[in-house]
Amino acid sequence: MLIKKPADIRYSEITPKQIYMNRRNFLAGAPAAFLGARELLSPSARALAGTKLPDVQKSKYTVDEKQNSYQEVSTYNNYYEFGTDKSEPAVYARNFQTAPWTVSVEGLCNKPRKFTMEEILALAPLEERVYRHRCVEAWSIVVPWVGYSLSALLAKVEPAVRASYVAFETFFDRRQMPHAAGLQFPYVEGLRMDEAMHPLALLCTGMYGETLPPQDGAPVRMILPWKYGFKSIKSIVKIRLVGSQPATSWNGANPPEYGFYSNVNPQVDHPRWSQASERRLGEFRKRPTLMFNGYGDQVASLYNGMDLKKNY
Amino acid sequence: MLKRRWAKVLVFAAGLAPIFWLCWRAWNQNLTANPIEFITHYTGDWTIRFIVLTLAVTPLRRVLGLPDLIRFRRMIGLYAFFYGTLHFTTYIWLDKFFDLPDMLKDVAKRPFITAGFTAFVLMIPLAVTSTAGWIRRMGGKRWQRLHRLVYFTGIAGVAHYYWLVKSDIRLPAMYGALVGVLLLYRAAVWGMKRKSGAAVKRPVSAISPGALRDNP
Repeated sequence: MLIKKPADIRYSEITPKQIYMNRRNFLAGAPAAFLGARELLSPSARALAGTKLPDVQKSKYTVDEKQNSYQEVSTYNNYYEFGTDKSEPAVYARNFQTAPWTVSVEGLCNKPRKFTMEEILALAPLEERVYRHRCVEAWSIVVPWVGYSLSALLAKVEPAVRASYVAFETFFDRRQMPHAAGLQFPYVEGLRMDEAMHPLALLCTGMYGETLPPQDGAPVRMILPWKYGFKSIKSIVKIRLVGSQPATSWNGANPPEYGFYSNVNPQVDHPRWSQASERRLGEFRKRPTLMFNGYGDQVASLYNGMDLKKNY
Repeated sequence: MLKRRWAKVLVFAAGLAPIFWLCWRAWNQNLTANPIEFITHYTGDWTIRFIVLTLAVTPLRRVLGLPDLIRFRRMIGLYAFFYGTLHFTTYIWLDKFFDLPDMLKDVAKRPFITAGFTAFVLMIPLAVTSTAGWIRRMGGKRWQRLHRLVYFTGIAGVAHYYWLVKSDIRLPAMYGALVGVLLLYRAAVWGMKRKSGAAVKRPVSAISPGALRDNP
């Protein structure tokens, strides 16, 4: 980042005292605070990306595979709000305003509330998890994401027993996203409650040890490594606990092609192309796609007794 | 101006520009994070562009009153075949790695592959018979009839593109509209001729070997 020193605004003025008093959380929240200050000083400033996230712990949920480069992961994006060509988000999301940012967690729970980005960053220890990421378009990447299990956030609002699904919503503003096309916006996604509570379901705030760049879903997104990439919703503003299966964007756009579950499954082809193999970015030959993207040991039990051909 | 020799050289160079641009980007390692996908899409884009261009020649000759445009039609058509061949090669080599059974499965099972394959295969006889010698051997009328296969290449090419995209259909829709207009033009001309009853033969010059030479 260009700005190395704190701006002319006291951290305590823009951060709740509770967080200010906690050293670790203070450090975790610092990048967002810088961002807030910077935005105040220069409203047209670029969204802050690439700020180092402090105190990131290594996670046991890590695959030992060659990671893709930051360059690859940040220039090859499906983020239709910023254009439908995969090279477009890196260009059109450049000025995306990601601060201030709040995520509203609401619906069937005892303590619905809004979380500021500072609060989200400080809510649980940040972990680095190297996950495989498989796009429905049959390419894949390996990325060191930063974040923590979504369950930590959901626990804060105390979901009601009736809450059986979680619905997510992406920020949408036509003014900031004039190139949005190809889908109905805002983008929405959903998970069954047990999927959302699964430890692998990552509430992601960074990659490569830094805050997310806007084209990768800044400032906060989901990462669901056993599902096709489009399930991993970006730039979340709303999380809603609901009693029935919520609508999801790609399913709404084309129900026969994109199901609610969309688990990675080499045996169930996309109606128009095979899902049996994938191209790992940077590799010449295709490689076979793994059931649940290789996360079967952890997640297969979630789908016991389900016909995965029907529930694609 | 269109009659000049350098006009043809210019069109020839323009047709090569996309492949040179691709090579330049490859040389600079600037083919995105997924080079194979980029090359596939890039060559596919140029194939359909040249197909649309070649279909546009006849209507433009009449509408713009520029009959000499015919001099470029064969070259444009061959460029469509050239980029189509590159596109097809990318598929069988870099996508399928010459796995023939897998490829045939694709062709049979995936409508967008079936359509793309059809569009490509239909171009082969047209490329082969594109020479003046073949026009002579076949006779203008039969040659012309054969070369109407390009209409189906246009339609299949658009279907290929349309079935391929996930949800943003703007580009395939645009090419579909262009091909649609260019084919409707022909249908309208044909319909008017039928209606007038006068069995006016097309001017032979449009397809005679001489018309394709540099100095008719």
